[in-house]
Amino acid sequence: MGQQTIKMISSNELLAETLHLKNEGYRLVAITCTNKDGMELSYSFDKDYDFINLRFVTDTEEEIMSISIIYPFSFLYENEIKELFGVNIKDISIDFNNSLYKIPVKTPFKTKEGEK
Amino acid sequence: MGKRTVIPFGPQHPVLPEPIHLDLVLEDEVVVEAIPRIGYIHRGLEKLVEKKDYQQYTYVAERICGICSFMHGMGYCMAIESIMEVKIPERAEFLRTIWAELSRLHSHLLWLGLLADAFGFESLFMQSWKLREQVLDIFEETTGGRVIFSVCDIGGVRKDISADTLKKIAGIMDSMEKELKEISEVFINDSSVKSRTKGVGVLSKQAAFDLGAVGPMARASGIEMDMRTQGYAAYGKLNFKPVVEKKGDCYARTSVRINEMFQSMDLIKQCIAIIPEGDIKVKVTGNPNGEYFTRVEQPRGEVVYYAKANGSKYLDRLRVRTPTFANVPALLETLKGCALADVPILILTIDPCISCTER
Repeated sequence: MGQQTIKMISSNELLAETLHLKNEGYRLVAITCTNKDGMELSYSFDKDYDFINLRFVTDTEEEIMSISIIYPFSFLYENEIKELFGVNIKDISIDFNNSLYKIPVKTPFKTKEGEK
Repeated sequence: MGKRTVIPFGPQHPVLPEPIHLDLVLEDEVVVEAIPRIGYIHRGLEKLVEKKDYQQYTYVAERICGICSFMHGMGYCMAIESIMEVKIPERAEFLRTIWAELSRLHSHLLWLGLLADAFGFESLFMQSWKLREQVLDIFEETTGGRVIFSVCDIGGVRKDISADTLKKIAGIMDSMEKELKEISEVFINDSSVKSRTKGVGVLSKQAAFDLGAVGPMARASGIEMDMRTQGYAAYGKLNFKPVVEKKGDCYARTSVRINEMFQSMDLIKQCIAIIPEGDIKVKVTGNPNGEYFTRVEQPRGEVVYYAKANGSKYLDRLRVRTPTFANVPALLETLKGCALADVPILILTIDPCISCTER
């Protein structure tokens, strides 16, 4: 597989870095949240198989701006992360207000299996 | 401007094998906006990684989807193998490629049948699925299962295919190619099929890129993107180019999938011609520690497997971004401006897999 780059940024650099990648012709591939020592957000982009990830760690209190102003279709990824992980993502272009998934279990899943 | 009406489409609809809901905003009979609702079959399979160890999870990964089951297992195994720096035997790489291309063949044939059923061409539907049965028979003969066959494992594959069976598969590919030519003639040339697919649901190259479309959806709009060209499994040793069309309509998406089926048959025959003898699995010991993004070309497009491990037998995180998840925004775009009667066909042309999408 091709090169994989992980670039650590701060949350307030997210929009500028994303806009830069969009202008460079990168496609948004996925947004991933990992609940490990905080909420680790990875924004993955691709251009001609060059795979770049913007990454920062946040918590559920900090407001994270939606990138749907730059990549409008990011709304599905962002709604999922907001609902399942409780990350406070603001200004999503289509915001399902924590009802993307119709599941009987209370979300967000802030704890892991075995944790209290 | 005509009167605006909102029509709920789904979550249960005859054309939908799985539930997805769309609020269609119409002016007269033209769709001006579509608002999606998913989430009816979210199973929490990513979270299950906290309860199943990294070896056991191979079986869970294969159950994310009943159609591209093998490729989900392969994507997961590749992610773990990359973290653990495991090099699988060359024969296993070829066997994985053969089963992956058979999976693409059966998935596209299933889709062709569903498309024919959606526009009421029942005999074409039956012919497509009759052909698909031959692929399922190969799965059964080589793995023991027809849908979920659990042959992929971390370190290689669990079963080998004998030389005689490989020769037989090559023969089946030859005969299937002739039969597929006959039915593809109808999909490509029949006037009633063309009237339902040509010029319908056009997605421009720019829109496909902007909306993050993947797989046949992107390639039918002129984007030459196919993860197989990156050479994972045995693809680096095979001769092929991504199948690309330019018009971006339903007809182009159908054409891409039909040509990909011929390509899959060719790739299987190429594999059979040069598959080396040898082991099919290496022993994997210890636990993974690290992270990796794997990207595999499934029948519906690029799937992303992200695994993050901490040195224990349980992963910290497994993230699966499926192709349908990426193609939903492009679907919403193609629905704008289409006639209400074309909505079922348009939904089908992204080849939606909602179980995959919701995991």
